[in-house]
Amino acid sequence: MATADGGAYSYSLTVFSPSGKLVQIEHALAAVSQGTTSLGIKASNGIVIATEKKSSSILIDDSMLEKVAVICPNIGIVYSGMGPDFRILIAKARKSAQAYWKIYGEYPPTRVLTQEIATVMQEATQSGGVRPYGVSLLVAGYDSNRGPTLYQVDPSGSFWAWKASAIGKNMTNAKTFLEKRYNDDISLEDAIHTALLTLKEGFEGQMTEKTIEIGVVTVPTLAELEEGKIGGVTGRVKPTFRKLTEEEVRDYLAL
Amino acid sequence: MSIMEHNGGSVIAMAGKDCVAIASDLRLGAGAMTVAMNFEKIFPVSDRIYLGLTGLATDITTLRDRFRYLVNMFTIKESRTIEPSTFAHLVSSTLYSRRFGPYFTEPVIAGLERTPSGGLKPYIAGADLIGCLNFAEDFIVAGTASDKLFGVAEGLWEPNLGPEDLFETISQTLLNSVDRDAYSGWGAIVYVITPEKVITRTLKGRMD
Repeated sequence: MATADGGAYSYSLTVFSPSGKLVQIEHALAAVSQGTTSLGIKASNGIVIATEKKSSSILIDDSMLEKVAVICPNIGIVYSGMGPDFRILIAKARKSAQAYWKIYGEYPPTRVLTQEIATVMQEATQSGGVRPYGVSLLVAGYDSNRGPTLYQVDPSGSFWAWKASAIGKNMTNAKTFLEKRYNDDISLEDAIHTALLTLKEGFEGQMTEKTIEIGVVTVPTLAELEEGKIGGVTGRVKPTFRKLTEEEVRDYLAL
Repeated sequence: MSIMEHNGGSVIAMAGKDCVAIASDLRLGAGAMTVAMNFEKIFPVSDRIYLGLTGLATDITTLRDRFRYLVNMFTIKESRTIEPSTFAHLVSSTLYSRRFGPYFTEPVIAGLERTPSGGLKPYIAGADLIGCLNFAEDFIVAGTASDKLFGVAEGLWEPNLGPEDLFETISQTLLNSVDRDAYSGWGAIVYVITPEKVITRTLKGRMD
């Protein structure tokens, strides 16, 4: 039974093995740990999420690759694992955020959106004819209720809030590194540098603005919040999540 | 005879200084015949939000239950209480989802909104039967006496009224307006929402 191929229980997604495991989910986690490293750190005044962007050939136009995705003005996601699966989840998450906006006239709190994504991922562990999503996600966002929050979602559909976490290749090493470096009153600037330093640990090749992607959540000031409620000049909410430009990433790498 | 006027009834909301008031009459009619004198049209949504519904009585009851369900689901799912502005959008989208077969009601929302700095700000809003929101700084009227309510409120309302003055203003506005409307009246109920408490008072009007 306990063979290298997973044995008789590895085929059906929804059948427990005698030891109480769903083997396909374990395999999905294996797919994640082969993916490139991503990490997130919650700072006192924001959150940083970062990932390495590897392309298999120098001929690939990597300006088209996007691994840190904006979901709505207050939430961003980074992933480790299978790119195509991530794309599907992004589309669903964005749609869910807009659906929430259509009902309540505001964007969803981070926890609500995370829960929504986690539900989609859980359904893929219990439905017929599908396989689990081969990705783990780090969801970073800001909302007036809970402030800045960082969540990790796994292929099983489970999710937790973290102060700092890493997923993908070298995640164990990266987490140990983060445990040593983390403290509760780290500033966003310091957190960005810690993020880059952590990525550097297991990095293959050169770290440049082309091979690193960073997203940040900033906590709005009281004045910005007051203005945001009435809509400001454009009538749109001022984003609290944004991706750093290549120039900004280069500046952080130079320091 | 319009379906909006069949059961009769009126609601008004007013903003004061750090408080809001919402009031309605108590009549339930069937055309010109009065059926009941204790039909309440204002319902609590949370500690500091009240919802008034005018129009067809059956839709008032249905929507009251529907919003209770939706707000309970929101509270559990998001583990926080809903804000008046968020609730107003929920009312709007719920009504617009029935755009081509609407609930025959005009809702009025009154509450205290939490500001980013932690204070509470008066919030009042109204909507038409398909959910077009109307935000006002002063007052919102709805129902069969809405035209009269508009006129009296324009005359009596002034900015920065305290809870007791606001109670007096909204009560006089409502009672004097429904006296000139055959489909509203038979007593009234007034809620004044302050940061500390909600004051509820039942009024007798011209009971004829």
